Amino acid sequence: MSTTTEQLSATTLLRFATAGSVDDGKSTLVGRLLHDSKSVLVDQLEAVEAASLSRGQEAPDLALLTDGLRAEREQGITIDVAYRYFATPRRRFILADTPGHVQYTRNMVTGASTAELAVVLVDARNGVVEQTRRHAAVAALLRVPHVVLAVNKMDLVEYAEPVFAKIAEEFTTYASELGVPEITAIPISALDGDNVVEPSANMDWYGGPTVLEHLETVPVSHDLTACHARFPVQYVIRPQTAEHPDYRGYAGQIAAGAFRVGEQVTVLPSGRTSTITAIDALGESVDIAWAPQSVTIRLADDIDISRGDLIAPVGDAPATTRDVEATVCHVADQPLVVGQRVLLKHTTRTVKAIVKDIPSRLTLDDLSQHPAPGQLVANDIGRVVVRTAEPLALDTYADSRRTGSFLLIDPADGTTLAAGMAGEAFASAKAPVVRGDEDGWDF
Amino acid sequence: MTTSVTTFDEETDSPFALSHLDSLESEAVHIFREVAGEFERPVILFSGGKDSIVMLHLALKAFAPAAIPFALLHVDTGHNFPEVIEYRDRTVEKYGLRLHVASVQDYIDRGVLKERPDGTRNPLQTVPLTEAIQQHRFDAVFGGGRRDEEKARAKERVFSLRDEFSQWDPRRQRPELWQLYNGRHAPGEHVRVFPLSNWTELDVWQYIEREGIELPQIYFAHEREVFSRNGMWLTAGEWGGPKDTEPVEKRMIRYRTVGDMSCTGAVDSDATTLQAVIAEITASRLTERGATRADDKLSEAAMEDRKREGYF
Repeated sequence: MSTTTEQLSATTLLRFATAGSVDDGKSTLVGRLLHDSKSVLVDQLEAVEAASLSRGQEAPDLALLTDGLRAEREQGITIDVAYRYFATPRRRFILADTPGHVQYTRNMVTGASTAELAVVLVDARNGVVEQTRRHAAVAALLRVPHVVLAVNKMDLVEYAEPVFAKIAEEFTTYASELGVPEITAIPISALDGDNVVEPSANMDWYGGPTVLEHLETVPVSHDLTACHARFPVQYVIRPQTAEHPDYRGYAGQIAAGAFRVGEQVTVLPSGRTSTITAIDALGESVDIAWAPQSVTIRLADDIDISRGDLIAPVGDAPATTRDVEATVCHVADQPLVVGQRVLLKHTTRTVKAIVKDIPSRLTLDDLSQHPAPGQLVANDIGRVVVRTAEPLALDTYADSRRTGSFLLIDPADGTTLAAGMAGEAFASAKAPVVRGDEDGWDF
Repeated sequence: MTTSVTTFDEETDSPFALSHLDSLESEAVHIFREVAGEFERPVILFSGGKDSIVMLHLALKAFAPAAIPFALLHVDTGHNFPEVIEYRDRTVEKYGLRLHVASVQDYIDRGVLKERPDGTRNPLQTVPLTEAIQQHRFDAVFGGGRRDEEKARAKERVFSLRDEFSQWDPRRQRPELWQLYNGRHAPGEHVRVFPLSNWTELDVWQYIEREGIELPQIYFAHEREVFSRNGMWLTAGEWGGPKDTEPVEKRMIRYRTVGDMSCTGAVDSDATTLQAVIAEITASRLTERGATRADDKLSEAAMEDRKREGYF
């Protein structure tokens, strides 16, 4: 391999999400990241320039790069999550670009669900507003490990440090209380590129990284041996050929932690135990494998294991339960009501379930709780109590994003109704304010 | 896997960080296995192009040492590069696969489809594809589409529900959260599945290099008789090119994408090896579709319109 290829192959992957509206300069920031990292190619830029001109805009509208659907271009808004791809010599990036308005909360939640980092944008002139608090709450709810506060339009406040410091402190206090583990505030001007890719010449007082530097260096992994190891079985591989007459392997993607050959494991929900005899990592036999590797695990004993089962270490298996308490984001146009029969999809297992209760609805702007709403509609965040027909090996979402999350699905037409996170909504001690429901909530 | 030989930035990445190719590979394998676990009759669309070749490679790894539990489907436009058909047939034989072919030429011969004035057959593939899916009752159809290819594809789900006419409705897509793919569908409906959704053109080439995957020779620079149309180099052939006013010349070219001969353009290139191709792509200032696909230049929403009608 040539040096260039070797360097490129050795990069890691960071999935991150941006939330914000055109007013905050989100499209400008995204456009600048793509443009300045040379990820926008000539024909794409020409197409954007031509389209901008035909709409009577003088400067190329970089939002047209991501707003891929005709309806979005016609209305000049981002509706759906747009995935963008760019790379620097240090990292490959997958950016989930999501709209910031309250009526698109579900799209923000979708983008944040797989993100390891979220960029929240504020306008330096306005500071922390309702929308900022909502974006912080989405990041906290979805347990995004790293949050960047990009204080934009610093050029319009004369690059004043006190303005930045005040916003950064207010946001950091709020997000920390919600349990966001790591917050990095960066003063930027997306329009001029200050502190986006290149350090700003206008803000000597700022000694931290630019947005791109931070994206390139934020850790994408940690010590996985300290996590609860979880392996949902996807598929049983049994070749039954002359060459492999007795091969029986359990294929899946390690959802959390690490597994070793020789380790004693429990299979849930049956509770039977065995020992890992081999781990096949896509053609290579290994002694240890970790999340999110796709592997095939073989066990010493021929026990009954099928799709939907969970393999976990003997001393560290989750309890199985049929009663699920969770926070959900309602993502469908049809409502979710108390008493509704649904399907619950958790890891590789789908079971029948019934919505026993919807104790409260949550307003993300101020974290107020509204008791007994009766139903949840599109973009609502609420607490639910669900009873399943079969036991689930469920973790809390705080412990494991992959094995603590689930979907509620309409059994009649297959619609994805809600995205669920088991356990408490926030890592914080800050209890949401309970208040009576009143008119005017626009969720 | 090359996890052991990659060199990470020690300050920021723990020994548990995967390389981007390992991450993408693991994600794609997970998608293949989800489909194998949840669907009755999946099929892989296989054109002999690099993306479908990478899909097949990933499927082979996902189920090894067992055979792939799916058949292949090729929608044959009749305007094929002979090197690609030869590659297809050799691959099918090598791995003992089952191949279904839906032939655009058959539909034209039967009078069901009409040749377009411009001779392009890409848009004609939708009907044979849809009818093959209905006839064989395929419920999951793997495609090699990538979100980085085109802006309508950037909004596509990994699991994309299609009605009995194969139509795609971008406003009615299911939100896709975490790694939980919802494949529920009614009888007659099917799900298009895109395991390479998060790959870029460069990722595909780096993966081909890392895995030592063989490709049809037209992906590498070679001398060929071509003519210029709409700013692209097209291969002379029975499909209707060149016209009298289009002079034919010999050039060193290679293909960045492989599709219907009538609308797939070649690029000037002297990249005869994988390393040279990767270096060329890294330096390229054009997207692969922008450089090579006449059908995407038709309008701002050309791909969205074709996808709505059931295209790949």
